[in-house]
Amino acid sequence: MRQLMKGNEAVVYGALLGGATHFFGYPITPASEIAHAAAELFPASGRHFLQAESEVAAVNMIYGAAGAGARAMTASSGPGISLMAEGISYIAGAELPCVIVDVQRAGPGLGNIWPEQSDYNAVVKGGGHGNYRNVVYAPNSAQEMCDLTYRAFNLADLYRVTVFLLSDAYVGQMMEPVELPERAIHGERKPWALYGDAQSRGNLISSIHMSTAEQGDHNWHLRAKYDQIASEYTDWQEVDVEDAELLFVAYGISARVAISAAQRLRRTGVRAGLLRPRTLFPFPRARLAELARGTVRDIAVVELSDGMMADDVQLAVLDSATVHRLNWLGGEVPTTDLVVDRARELIPMLTTLR
Amino acid sequence: MVKHAKPGSFYDTFERKGAGQRTTHYCPGCGHGTVHKLIAEAIDEFGVQDRTIFCSPVGCSVFGYYYFDTGNIQCAHGRAPAVATGLRRVNPESIIISYQGDGDLAGIGTAEIIHAANRGENITVFFVNNAIYGMTGGQMAPTTLIGQQTTTTPGGRCEARDGSPIGMAELIDALSTPVFVERVSLADGKRTMKTRAAVRKALRNQIEKKGFSFVEILSPCPVNWKMSPSEARRWIVDTLEHAYPVRNFRDGAGEPRAAAGEPRAAAGAADAASGLWLDDEDLHSLLSSRHDFPDDLRVHDIAEQRVKIAGFGGQGVLSAGVLLANCAITSGLHATWLPSYGPEMRGGTANASVIVSVDEIGSPLVDDPTTLLAMNGPSLDAFERSVVPGGLIIANSSIVPREAERDDLRFYPVPASDIAQELGFLGAANVVMLTAYAALEGFPSPETIRHVIPHSLKRKRLEKLNLRMVDAALDYVAKNPIRLPAGQARR
Repeated sequence: MRQLMKGNEAVVYGALLGGATHFFGYPITPASEIAHAAAELFPASGRHFLQAESEVAAVNMIYGAAGAGARAMTASSGPGISLMAEGISYIAGAELPCVIVDVQRAGPGLGNIWPEQSDYNAVVKGGGHGNYRNVVYAPNSAQEMCDLTYRAFNLADLYRVTVFLLSDAYVGQMMEPVELPERAIHGERKPWALYGDAQSRGNLISSIHMSTAEQGDHNWHLRAKYDQIASEYTDWQEVDVEDAELLFVAYGISARVAISAAQRLRRTGVRAGLLRPRTLFPFPRARLAELARGTVRDIAVVELSDGMMADDVQLAVLDSATVHRLNWLGGEVPTTDLVVDRARELIPMLTTLR
Repeated sequence: MVKHAKPGSFYDTFERKGAGQRTTHYCPGCGHGTVHKLIAEAIDEFGVQDRTIFCSPVGCSVFGYYYFDTGNIQCAHGRAPAVATGLRRVNPESIIISYQGDGDLAGIGTAEIIHAANRGENITVFFVNNAIYGMTGGQMAPTTLIGQQTTTTPGGRCEARDGSPIGMAELIDALSTPVFVERVSLADGKRTMKTRAAVRKALRNQIEKKGFSFVEILSPCPVNWKMSPSEARRWIVDTLEHAYPVRNFRDGAGEPRAAAGEPRAAAGAADAASGLWLDDEDLHSLLSSRHDFPDDLRVHDIAEQRVKIAGFGGQGVLSAGVLLANCAITSGLHATWLPSYGPEMRGGTANASVIVSVDEIGSPLVDDPTTLLAMNGPSLDAFERSVVPGGLIIANSSIVPREAERDDLRFYPVPASDIAQELGFLGAANVVMLTAYAALEGFPSPETIRHVIPHSLKRKRLEKLNLRMVDAALDYVAKNPIRLPAGQARR
């Protein structure tokens, strides 16, 4: 049974069915509907919602709640994510699990509330200090806002990492039909967490390692963990790639427009396809390289940033395909027409098709 | 009496510490060891060692976990009260101690301490005030006295430049929620005994779930004060206590009350007994809409509809879009609804873009609508040109002063505001517009609209009224068949 809801609302439905028990929020457009829905549905189901005094406090409440063994989450947008950077670094260092949703808006600074995808580097590369990564899901529909949040808690618990949903103002604000996951899942008791009982009394949640050797070992341990996640959890969607000469690469709202552009070009005889990363860390680097060594000659990266993900695409394919950057900034989401036109301007194989 | 034996809540040897596992890492004459011991003794005495979680700050006491044989969590600089809040909201039974220094609590962490106190979190905060940053090398703290020399105030703290020493106990006491606020001192044995009593009181309050307790402890830092331990203790009495009066500010812990952090619906399986924790089945029914869609409303063949609904904020533009999208879902179709949102919603113009399709929908943007529902004049001006040739424009002719200028599309005026007003609710003109669209395009069916309205509108009391709008609009369209726009008629 499908229900019409905003992507932002769908996050909360997915979270509750995914076992979330604690939501610590701070209002920010265009993410606030997540806090609104959480404020209603967490208490209504016996779970806990608290509005923090700041994003700094919210992420540290998560640190405490996750340290106490709970499935905890928050949601914000760029300015709030910047404030959380410190806490996310501590969470990574102490290896706590949590889920954070970033409904991206335009920046830097206060920017505006329209969609950009310019938090990519901050979220996908870590964002705070030190050697760490977040697992980053990239939903492109209300259904995926629900489903990926639902999945995020198990993944976070399994690897003791922060799992991000890197969304955007359109995917958050857009209403679409959502089918709820059938089965509710729950976290289990964690041997390392603080339950305030005899069994967990010896546990320590900390990110300090005073000796260089110990800190080094810890960081190599983290690195190995991220590599393992990369080998097991890289996720992407492919459309019409089998014979593709032109490959669109995009995530989130950009991917929705890019698939329309690819399909329109295919109707005019262009062998166009799409690869949509569903995880940005880990990044589907090997698959991109494989496609670039195959039929793909040109790659069009459609992005609401100045090319942050395109850098990763370039790194994946090196010189085996030409990477074109189709970027829009400031909060504008291009129409299908604009994407097709820009592709025609930039990509020689399309110029003859006018 | 101060005991000389090691408290049971301390580790026997400080194995986490590395070298020198029987001594602390604190400097000679430092007050931290004393405070640690008083806390550990109180934990012993109340028998709460297993339940205790000790939150270490950043500062000299960052290594609290070397010593306390309790649950331990090390926190980011100044954030311990927020971390303690998280811990508390998960587990109402644990005993949570936030141990913080002056840079941590009174400097970088002022927001977190003030708000945790103001929420009345049922936690205990021990604030060790030595008027200087210890670990980082003797820099000025917010509590450093005027004229006091530090490594960042080599000429002494200057009020005009650096402000005044901050009285945290006084600040906390300005809030209504905390139950216990006291400032104590470690300058001598008598004062230390008072400190011991305050530590015990603050912990007992938490055990009895009375709420937020705050103990500020004036504590010596001989190394950074560049004094001998005995000089340091004298300086506390002669100088520090003048700036920071040692006294009880509040002892309002009367009857146990529902402190924050003891929320009615706290989390975890532990609360299953409360009856508020929904099990899987109840959770599912909370999250599922309580209606199923009848199969006979399904639609299988329909050209993609890209509908732009535009008007003033308050005309129900967005909810008309939701109604249409819900009709699409009920018909078994794909749908997207994209609002113009943000400041535009609060007054001014608003629009919603709805796509309805048999196929999965790529871009949800509607830049070339097949239908425009213009609820007001500016909407027709703004979007007329974007409608596809052969498309449809429906205008709310009650207030849209003109017809379409283009002659390559269909134009249909309907006095939606008048019809809605006559039926007694101007705010339902959006339903009249949407029903007119449905009647002209053959989708959604009137049955679908009637079925969806009760589930789609937030204000249930308007259900009957809205259903009458549907009837009135269908009636109007039946009596006023679509005609060619003026431009086409002239040609």
